[in-house]
Amino acid sequence: MPDVVIVGGGPAGIRAASILVEAGLRPVLVNEAREVGGQGYRKPARSLALDINALMGSEAGKYQRLHSLFASLRERIDYRPGTLVWGIHEKTLHTLSDDVAGTIPYDALILATGATDRIMPLPGWTLPGVFTLGGAQVILKDQGCLIGSRIVFLGSSPLLFLAALQYRRSGASIAAVVDTTPFSAKRAAIRDLAASPRTLARGVMYRTALHMAGIPVLDGATPLGIDGKDHVEGVRVKDSRGRERLISCDAVAYGHGLKPETQLAELAGARFRFDPDFRLWLPETDLDGRAGADLYLAGDGAAIGGADAAEASGALAAHALLADMGRPQSETELVRLRRQVERLRRFQKGLAQAFAWPIAQAAALPDETIACRCEAVTVGEIRAAVQAPLGPREVNRVKAITRCGMGRCQGRFCGPALQEIVAGACEAPIAEAGRLRIQAPVKPIPLHAALELEP
Amino acid sequence: MTTKTTRVVVVGGGLIGTWTAFFLVKRGWDVVLIEKGVVGAQSSGVNFGNLRLQGRHPGQYPLSLRSQAIWEEIEGLIGDRCEFERTGHLYVAMNEAEQEKLEQHARVAEGHGLAIERIGRDELRRRWPWLGEGLQAATYSARDATANPRLVSLAVARAAQRLGAEIVEHTRVTEVRRNGVGFTVETDTGLVVDCNAVVNSAGAWALAIAEAFGETAPMFAAGPPQFVTEPIPYQVVPSVQAVDGSVIFRQIPRGNVIFAGYPRTAADPVLNRAPVPPNKTLSGMRNLVRIAPFLRSAQVIRVWSGIEGYLPDMLPVIGESETTPGLFHAFGFCGHGFQVGPGVGAVLADLIVDGRTDTPIAPFSISRFRNAVQVSDKLAHEFDAPAAPGGRAG
Repeated sequence: MPDVVIVGGGPAGIRAASILVEAGLRPVLVNEAREVGGQGYRKPARSLALDINALMGSEAGKYQRLHSLFASLRERIDYRPGTLVWGIHEKTLHTLSDDVAGTIPYDALILATGATDRIMPLPGWTLPGVFTLGGAQVILKDQGCLIGSRIVFLGSSPLLFLAALQYRRSGASIAAVVDTTPFSAKRAAIRDLAASPRTLARGVMYRTALHMAGIPVLDGATPLGIDGKDHVEGVRVKDSRGRERLISCDAVAYGHGLKPETQLAELAGARFRFDPDFRLWLPETDLDGRAGADLYLAGDGAAIGGADAAEASGALAAHALLADMGRPQSETELVRLRRQVERLRRFQKGLAQAFAWPIAQAAALPDETIACRCEAVTVGEIRAAVQAPLGPREVNRVKAITRCGMGRCQGRFCGPALQEIVAGACEAPIAEAGRLRIQAPVKPIPLHAALELEP
Repeated sequence: MTTKTTRVVVVGGGLIGTWTAFFLVKRGWDVVLIEKGVVGAQSSGVNFGNLRLQGRHPGQYPLSLRSQAIWEEIEGLIGDRCEFERTGHLYVAMNEAEQEKLEQHARVAEGHGLAIERIGRDELRRRWPWLGEGLQAATYSARDATANPRLVSLAVARAAQRLGAEIVEHTRVTEVRRNGVGFTVETDTGLVVDCNAVVNSAGAWALAIAEAFGETAPMFAAGPPQFVTEPIPYQVVPSVQAVDGSVIFRQIPRGNVIFAGYPRTAADPVLNRAPVPPNKTLSGMRNLVRIAPFLRSAQVIRVWSGIEGYLPDMLPVIGESETTPGLFHAFGFCGHGFQVGPGVGAVLADLIVDGRTDTPIAPFSISRFRNAVQVSDKLAHEFDAPAAPGGRAG
């Protein structure tokens, strides 16, 4: 029997595992976190009395179903929790588990690595008290903690409204929800958004609930900066009518939607193309998630689609893998799943318009704004490097010269902004700025991890 | 099609090419430098950054010392320090046999006027308390230094440009041919340059030009895997190298520890890729902890490699062509090109402008490959087997 390995314990990975188990395989499921569920269906830390059903609201049923599905698979798969995959080379995963390095060989690989926050730098965004929007949700769901007592939700993402409501239900005071995309963009995106009426209705409901609770929601605001001396004290914005406002707060949840975590796909040999809708480089796959020989991508790690699309694309990837092993799969089921994934990803395309990545904000950033948190590289240093004689016009060269993207996160967080700043500084189309290349380790690994291994 | 006329065309914008262009324009010659990608992006930009004088090949010392003198003046010459630091270099031995090897290296270096300190076990631990136990001895050379390879070639190219050199990027030389007593250089962008002399400093891609003029060298491509940790408090001033080649490391004042180690890995000059296999990273990590145990909890955040040209006797080709007057080769630096780069540029400028140089370069002639060449014993342990003169660079 071939060694099939799935990386990622979110909805895509779990659903893929269930299809493979039904087909009589016993896949390895590698999960970086201790508990399955991914980010969206994250389980609270053990021994924490948190009312997860209340937190999940309308998604509580799906949350419970996914965790029961995993419980039913638990003994029929080779489950490796708390295991980071830091490298892939010659059909072997290089792992780190409890600080010890290891390897997992594979014949076929499904990557369901999920997504992380996409963030645009802003003056003051590195102050203590500023969290990414996804990070703020993780802290709440995993630890039952709040990032502050009076919070501004800032950026542009459908999660702004959801997270603000979750925080309010947990006792936080919400100073404001500031959406940097104008409301007109939401109307313009309605055709794609109508692809998932239920999700659209839920979004409208979240917004209404915020209004009912008397929480100010600003549409089309331009953020000017996050103020504070040693800690966040307030957010300065220009509202849609051009008035400058200072909203005082002690924490900010900040983000612009999600970006796929594609590092492992790159190491496994996937090719990338620039997607103008998301303004991101995404791995190339066919409809079922094939990204190369014996390589399948599923979930938000392949293309942002949300939890339901992740489950369906996980199933598709598993079916594709089985078909490639010479086991014919039900064409009806494949067609159904493909339609579902296509529809949900089209909805996300609508969301990418309705909650836009703030390109104008990148161009307007003051030179002294930090672009790279790890290496403390400013926007001005990047612009100066690009505009100097023989200056680089491609992000990997800009990284070599400025250190932007060279630190602990390896460009996972500054990469998208770096592309915008470089393209802006040399007045070239964004795709020409390229994308930061990856080498293993995709996340930091301690030197002593290697000591246990045979030389 | 654009046709230009210049005195010298330099093919390849790495460290060698940019320094050569710099010294030529400084001496009043006009130069066009043609680079297939961007300046300093290949091995010149991704090497370890060591300006090591200890342990060099005996025949290389005059060149190395001339080069070090240029490094020591770099800021005055090009207006940019490029993080040049006289950090010193500590060469360490694990056992008596290795200590004997250090002694041999030290005598050669001293013969060329370098000051080498011999350091015993106790003094080692006293002066550099972060070193691991079990080290037998070391030699220390204070004049050895480091610089930031990511910055140097670009800074030298800019300095040459300010003095009047023309730097042409994203342009691949497709043909170099004889034109009377000079040359015509064709490129893939339609640029054609007529010139009196050509410098072949195309790194791992240099053989095509040599072979067009009826000479060759058994060059192959390899990459030195390199690794860097997150920043930790700065305390390691010298660069430290185990004489067995298993590990070399240095810390930059920002705090990151950069390390590398043999064996080198295969690189693909056609696809332009030099991936670092994870097992190399793990063995590099083990070897570093052995010699510097205080780093055991530091985290590796990044690895990289580059594409370098190697020759089986681990010496470069430097000098005028044996078949074609006016063609000058400088390639195959076997991973040791960073330190000698400025010196090579100065020597080539001597050869082109004066027709001679006072720096001995006879050991580096391309003619040595007409006969069976002495294979360096380094070839066996510094490369992944099979050490690959067969898989040569294009």
